[in-house]
Amino acid sequence: MSTPAHPHRDPAAERLHRAWQAPTGWRYWSAVNNSIVGRWYTGAAIAFFLFAGVLALLMRVQLAFPENGFLHADTYNQMFTLHGSVMMFLFAVPIFEAFSILVLPSVLGARDLPFPRLSAFGFWCFLIGGVFACGSIFFDAAPKDGWFMYPPLSTQYTEGYGADVWLLGLSFIEVASIAAAVELIVGVLKTRPPGMRINLMPLYAWYILVVGAMILFAFPPLIAGDIMFELQRMADWPFFDAARGGDPLLWQHLFWIFGHPEVYIIFLPAIALAAMIVPTFARRPIVGYSWIVLAAVGTGFLSFGLWVHHMFTTGLPNLSLAFFSAASEAVALPTGVQIFALLATVLAGRLVRSVPMLFVLGALAIFVLGGLTGVMVALAPFDFQAHDTYFVVAHLHYVLIGGMVFPVIAGTYYYYPLVIGRKLSDRLGKWAFWLMFAGFNIAFMPMHASGLMGMPRRVYTYHAGQGFDLLNLVSTVGAFVLAAGFAVLLYDAVRTALREGHSERDPWRGGTLEWLGEIPSQSWNLRSIPVVHSRYPLWEQPGLMADVDAGRYYLPDAEEGKRETIITSPVDAAPEQCLRVPGPTFLTLWAAVFTGGAFIFPVFHQYVAAGVSGALAVVVILAWLWTGTARIPEKPEKAVGLDTTLPLYASGSKSVGWWAMFITMIGDMAAYASIVFGYFYFWTIHDDFPPADGGGPGIAWPVFALLAGLCAWGAALLARNLNRDDRGGLFHAAAVAAVVLAVASGTALLLAPASSGMVPTAHVYPAVVWLLCGWTAAHVAVGTLMLLYCIARRLAGRMTARHDIDIHNVVLFWHFVAIKLVVTIGTVAGFPLLA
Amino acid sequence: MNSNARQRRTPPRRHTSAEDRVLPESRASLWVLAAGPATWALHFLLAYVTAAIWCAKAAWPADTGRLHALLWSYTVVALAVIAWFGWRGLRRHRWGRETLPHDAPSAGDRHRFLGFATFLLCGLSFVAVLYSAMAIALAGGCIG
Repeated sequence: MSTPAHPHRDPAAERLHRAWQAPTGWRYWSAVNNSIVGRWYTGAAIAFFLFAGVLALLMRVQLAFPENGFLHADTYNQMFTLHGSVMMFLFAVPIFEAFSILVLPSVLGARDLPFPRLSAFGFWCFLIGGVFACGSIFFDAAPKDGWFMYPPLSTQYTEGYGADVWLLGLSFIEVASIAAAVELIVGVLKTRPPGMRINLMPLYAWYILVVGAMILFAFPPLIAGDIMFELQRMADWPFFDAARGGDPLLWQHLFWIFGHPEVYIIFLPAIALAAMIVPTFARRPIVGYSWIVLAAVGTGFLSFGLWVHHMFTTGLPNLSLAFFSAASEAVALPTGVQIFALLATVLAGRLVRSVPMLFVLGALAIFVLGGLTGVMVALAPFDFQAHDTYFVVAHLHYVLIGGMVFPVIAGTYYYYPLVIGRKLSDRLGKWAFWLMFAGFNIAFMPMHASGLMGMPRRVYTYHAGQGFDLLNLVSTVGAFVLAAGFAVLLYDAVRTALREGHSERDPWRGGTLEWLGEIPSQSWNLRSIPVVHSRYPLWEQPGLMADVDAGRYYLPDAEEGKRETIITSPVDAAPEQCLRVPGPTFLTLWAAVFTGGAFIFPVFHQYVAAGVSGALAVVVILAWLWTGTARIPEKPEKAVGLDTTLPLYASGSKSVGWWAMFITMIGDMAAYASIVFGYFYFWTIHDDFPPADGGGPGIAWPVFALLAGLCAWGAALLARNLNRDDRGGLFHAAAVAAVVLAVASGTALLLAPASSGMVPTAHVYPAVVWLLCGWTAAHVAVGTLMLLYCIARRLAGRMTARHDIDIHNVVLFWHFVAIKLVVTIGTVAGFPLLA
Repeated sequence: MNSNARQRRTPPRRHTSAEDRVLPESRASLWVLAAGPATWALHFLLAYVTAAIWCAKAAWPADTGRLHALLWSYTVVALAVIAWFGWRGLRRHRWGRETLPHDAPSAGDRHRFLGFATFLLCGLSFVAVLYSAMAIALAGGCIG
C-alpha cells in the first residue's frame, strides 16, 4: 500500500515525493516511515486479536455442555492463558500504539514522528515476540498458569517452558511498548504544527500523552518482576519462594501495579477515538474540552491507586484494602466525566447517523454496564464473594469490549478511508454492529448470573445439574454470534481494500488535521505543514486546504532531498528546528532479530547463543546510532517557508533525542524503584531483614563504588563542558577518567556482595542485594559504553563543540545513574545500619 | 498576479496578542497540571506505606490511635497543598478578561486553559483525598 508513484508537475512536489518515497521490491521491508510501519503494526495486532478470538471460541465450545470432552484440561489451561496474554499484550496495548504511529503525524500535521527507526524497531520486536509467544501453543508448550502467572503455581507446580515463554517473550514485547511510548510522547510534545498551542491540541494527542506517560510507570514494574521471576526460574534466586524468605505476594504487587493501570492504558486511547469521532458526527466542537483533559490526566493518576483491588482476598490489612477500595470508587468520577462530555456533545449537536457513531454509542452502553459492576467489585466485601468467579469474567469483558474493542471498531470504520482510501460498507456495518452488540450481550450477560451462582473462573468443565448448563450454552451461542459480526467486518474490510477507486477527500467532513491530506494519502502526508489557530482547523480556518495544497506553509519542498519535519516548543508550539528524520534501513530489523535472540534463547537454556545474540544486538544498535543519529548537517540552518529560518541541529533540552533519553530514564527509574520496593517489602514481612548478625555487603566496597561512581558522573559533566569549550585534549582526558572511574565503580558494586560471601540462592536477602547491585552495575556499564561512544564520536569528527547532542544525552543518562548509585548504596549498605 | 492572489500568497502566521507580552508566568510549563494529582498520589502512597509498616512492624498493631493521628496529619497537609495549587490554577483561569472555553490561539488563552485544567484536576484530587480520608475514618485498623 505504498504511495502511488504519479508524476508531479510541480518540481518541489516531485522532490518531496522522491525524498519520502517508500522503498520498493524486497527493500520494502526496510521502510521506517510511520504510514508504512503503522500499517504493518496495526495489521499484526489485528492478526493476534483474531488468533486470540479463535482460542476464545474453542474454549466456549468446550464449556457449552457440562463434562464436555472437546478440549483436554491442559490444552484448555494453555488456551485461557494465551487468550488473556495475547489480548492484553499483543492486541489491546499494541493496537493503540500501532494506530497512533499510523495516524498521529496526520493528526498533528507532521511529516513523520521524530524517531521513525525506533518505531520500526519496536514493530519488529513486537512481531518476533508475538509470533514466538503465540506459536508455543502449536508445540504444546504455551504458558498455562493464567495471564498473571502467579507463583508458586508457575514456579513450583508447572513443568515445561510455558512460564519462560511468557516471561521472556512478553518482556521483549514490553520493550517495544516502551519504545513506542517514548516515540509518541516526544511526537505529541515536539512535532505539533506551529501555532497548535497546548489549548488547541486535539484530544487524541492529549490522551496519547497521558497514556504514554502511564506506560512509563506501569510497564517497568512488570519488567522488574519478570527479571526476579526469571532469576528464580533459571538461577534459583528465591524471590517468590516462601521457604527461603521470598514471598509470592510480591509478584502479585508488581504484576498488578502494572496490570491495573494497563486497563486504563487500554481504555483511554479508545475514548480518544470516541473524542475524535463524536464531534465530527455531532457537527460541533466537543463539549467540555478542559473537562476531558481533566478526566484523561486524572484517570491517568488515579489508575495507579487501584492495583490492590485485584488482591482483596490475600489477607492485607483492612486499612490498606479500604484505601484501594476508595481509590477504585474515585476513579469512576473522571471516567464518568468523559462519558458525560461525549453524551453532551451528541445532545448539543446535530447528530449525523453513521456506522462509527453506532459503534461509539454501543461502546458507551456496554462500558457503562461494565463500569457499574466495577463499582460493585471495588467494594471489598462484595469482592470477597465474587472473586475468581464468572462475575469477574463478565465485568472485565464488559469493560474491555465496551471500553476498547467497540471504540476500536468505530475507529476502524472512521479511519478506513484515511488509511485504505475507501469507506467500508454502511449496510454491512450495521449488520456487523447488531451481530456484535447482540452476540456480546448474549455471551457475557449470563456470566453475571453463573458467577453469582458460584461458577469459578478458569475451569475447563463443570458438572451437570449445578445450574450452569443453560447459562453456559447461551454464552457459547452468543460468542459465535459475536464472532459472526467480526466475520462480516473482516469480509467487508478485505473486500473494500481490494476494490478500485477511492473516496473523496475529508469524507466525513471532520474538523481535525488528519482529514486535511489527500486520499489516497501521500507518503509526505501534507504538501506543506500549516499554521494552526483553532481546535478544528478544517472547520474554522477558511482556505486552509487550498493554502496547504499550494505549498504556502512550512516545508513545501525538499531541496536537499532529505526527509524533514518541523519541531516546535512543547507548550506554545513555536517553531524551533527543522528536524532531519532518518530514512529506510534494515538495521532496525537486525537489531530486533538479535535482541529477540537474547530474549528467546534463554527459554531453551541456550545461554551462549543468547550472549552472542545480545552482543550482536549491541553492535547493530551502535551501528544504527553511529550512522543514523546526531548527524552534522551541511549547513547550520535553512529557510522553511513563511520567511522563517530554522536551525537544522539542536542539542541539550532542545533536541528530541534529549527528550527521548529523559523519558526512557523515567521508565527505567520506575523499574529500579520496583526493585527497591521489593527490598523494603521483604523488610516489612520479616523480623530479621536485613539479618541482625551481619551477612550484608559491608561498608567498604559499597562506599568505594559510590564515590568512584559519583566521581565518574562529575568527570562526565566536566567532559561535556570541556567539549562545549572545544578543548579536545581535556575533553578526552575527562572522558577517559570517567570511563576508568565508572569501571572501578561497577566492579566494586559487584565485589560488594561477592566479597562478603553472599549467596543469592541461599535466601531472599542476598538475592535482593545482588539484584540491586547488579542492576546498578549494569547501568554503570551502559554509561561506560556511552562515554566510549562519545570519545569515538569526537575522534571521528562526528561530535564537535557545537554539535554535541551525544555528550548531552550521555550526561543526562549519568544523572540518573548517580541517583541509582546513591539509593542503591544507601539501601544495601546504609539501611542495615539503621535497621 | 492580481491583488487577491497576492493576498493569498501569505497565509496567516502564528497568532499572538498584546496580552501575551504581559503574561504572569516566568516560563510556560505543563508540570503544574500534575501538581494536584501528584499530591494525591503522594498522600495515597504515604498513607498506604505507613499503614502497611504499622500493621507489620508495630508492637501493638491493634492500638491504631497514633497511626490514625499520623494519617490524619498527612490528609490535612495534602488537602491544604491541593487547595493552594487549585487556588493558583483558579487565579490563572481568571486572569485577563476572556472566559471559557479558552480556545483562542494566544498565549493568554493557553495560560488560562492550563489554569482551568489545573483547577479542575485539583478539584478531583481534593475529592480523591477525601475518599481516602473516609477509608481512614471508617476502616479502623489492621485486622477486620
